[in-house]
Amino acid sequence: MSDFVIEADQLSVHYPIGGSLFGPKPVVRAVEKVSLSIPRGSFFGLVGESGSGKTTFGRALLRAAPISDGYVGYKDGEVQYDLAKLTKTELKDYRKRAQLIFQDPYAALSPRMTVRDIIAEPLEVMGITTTREETDARVREIAAKCRLNLEHLRRFPHAFSGGQRQRISIARALVANPRFVVADESVAALDVSIQADVLNLLKSLQAELGLTFLFISHDLSVVAHTCDHVAVMYLGRLVETAPTRSLFTAPRHPYTKALLSAIPSLDPDDTGRAQRLEGEIPSPTDPPPGCKFNTRCPHATDQCRSEEPQLASAAPEHQVACHRWQELFETVPA
Amino acid sequence: MSLLSVDNLTLQFQTDEGLVTAVDNVSFGVEAGEVLGLVGESGSGKSVTAKSIMKLNPENAVYGDESRIALTLPDGPVDVFSLKTSREMEIVRGGSVSMIFQEPMASFAPAITIGDQMVEQLVLHKKISKKEAKEWSIEMLARVGISDARRRFDQYAFQLSGGMRQRAMIAMALSTNPKLLIADEPTTALDVTIQAQVIDLMKDLVREYGMGIVFITHDLGVIAQTADKVAVMYLGKLVEYGAVRDVIRNPIHPYTQGLLKALPRLDDLDAPLIPVPGDIPSPLERPTGCVFHTRCPMAEPACAQQVPTRRNFGAGHSAACLVAGGGGV
Repeated sequence: MSDFVIEADQLSVHYPIGGSLFGPKPVVRAVEKVSLSIPRGSFFGLVGESGSGKTTFGRALLRAAPISDGYVGYKDGEVQYDLAKLTKTELKDYRKRAQLIFQDPYAALSPRMTVRDIIAEPLEVMGITTTREETDARVREIAAKCRLNLEHLRRFPHAFSGGQRQRISIARALVANPRFVVADESVAALDVSIQADVLNLLKSLQAELGLTFLFISHDLSVVAHTCDHVAVMYLGRLVETAPTRSLFTAPRHPYTKALLSAIPSLDPDDTGRAQRLEGEIPSPTDPPPGCKFNTRCPHATDQCRSEEPQLASAAPEHQVACHRWQELFETVPA
Repeated sequence: MSLLSVDNLTLQFQTDEGLVTAVDNVSFGVEAGEVLGLVGESGSGKSVTAKSIMKLNPENAVYGDESRIALTLPDGPVDVFSLKTSREMEIVRGGSVSMIFQEPMASFAPAITIGDQMVEQLVLHKKISKKEAKEWSIEMLARVGISDARRRFDQYAFQLSGGMRQRAMIAMALSTNPKLLIADEPTTALDVTIQAQVIDLMKDLVREYGMGIVFITHDLGVIAQTADKVAVMYLGKLVEYGAVRDVIRNPIHPYTQGLLKALPRLDDLDAPLIPVPGDIPSPLERPTGCVFHTRCPMAEPACAQQVPTRRNFGAGHSAACLVAGGGGV
């Protein structure tokens, strides 16, 4: 019996969009019936292109996006929450337990606050510490863990490079001692030589503090190197989820295969043109019927164009939502 | 003569804090039909180097006395720094040199249709009628894989998807039939599946039109897939130059080696990610000697004093490092 921190069952997030006065209000189905469980202590990757719903899904888990339908449960020891039905006190408590690290370290830090104040703010807002001494001690402890120079705590963010700023963001997210952290494209804005450093820091903090991470990224190579599980989303749907090695060595869904082959190879002689996808991701306001990927899938049949596939088990812990995965897996090389 | 030759390019910016060096004595060339990948991280000077070719840097840019940028065009050679009036500069701004920018949404005027923008520059550079320009533009839009080009011609940038906008941008840049194309991170804002389409398109177009390309990117994978030659820049210095296979398979400069080790690779999932230690120094505090010595694992005392010059390590493969390849100090 596995131990999950987050269990989402048929989670949907719909946003209303303008429409006529009469008839049903049109909605954008940003996340549609996603079922996903995040094991305790895992570094769980969530990948997809723009418009796939990965960010919205992450925010719904933090109660920062509305849960329109379905169930999301949070469990940590004695504490169990149904995230769609939190009371005010429960929500306050959940905010301490679940935190978000943003993408852009230049936009996420107030230029008018010192680093010390930025990191201390969650403690003060949530009333975790009562005295200034206590706050300072906690700030220094987490800043040291995030390899920030303690001499620099009185400076303002503009004095820091991108990598240092992202470490400040991480310290702020972790200062309240959360159990579950959503990192949304947290290294996407960083240079390659710095990116590896921040990834290594996140991994070591996870091990040291026993955290569970949901790592949202568009970059499959980064996910391949940091995450133990990966879920792939397309147009609001979960199309494949598996342990990292299984997903990267034996992808089942045609979309996952296409994503992998689209990553530019460092080998100039390996052009990977064979599996190029045609077209672009459809608009979520007007998704195609049947399998959402059928408009770009080279293997789509009439069934794919009319009937939406459900997630099915393909291997241990490996699930895929495709009508034809089995025959394709046997006949088409990955 | 090379299509483009950049010699001893030095570029400083006059700021409130004094002169800030952005490019330091950089030389390279591009032949017709060749793609040069200009790779580097933030602050490496790759974008301002490319903008120098079009004289697009702001007023406070100060070029070195020795700096020279020359183009060899069918109508004769052009010395870019001697171009003064905007009429003279038309040749490097859309005439024989075109540019593709990173963010197509910011590069198209939002309130003018894609078609009108394409026609405007064609009429300006090619001296053809509006009607001819329209037909040619629609043909170019179709050529870069935009379906229903006639309808797209009358649409605005916001009505196109990201990938479509970048295709339209490429169509616009190529419609004047430039001899040299400068592409500044043309695929960075795109999703990987769309990036792969755009890379394929650009490769096909180079083969078809035979122009030279300066392809600026921070992504070594994109370089490996598009470039013939690579120039690696760090803090305004060109640290390594060579054929793409040589530089990626046998990097000489510790910075190039570090970049490749820091890159997560799909062919070896167990390889640890090794960051390049330290941070990129602020341009205001430029290190003395070799600019990379503050982060270099191979640095020796001499590296802090002596500015390395580029040495050859094989046919057409050079690196600016005192220590690499057992060069000895």
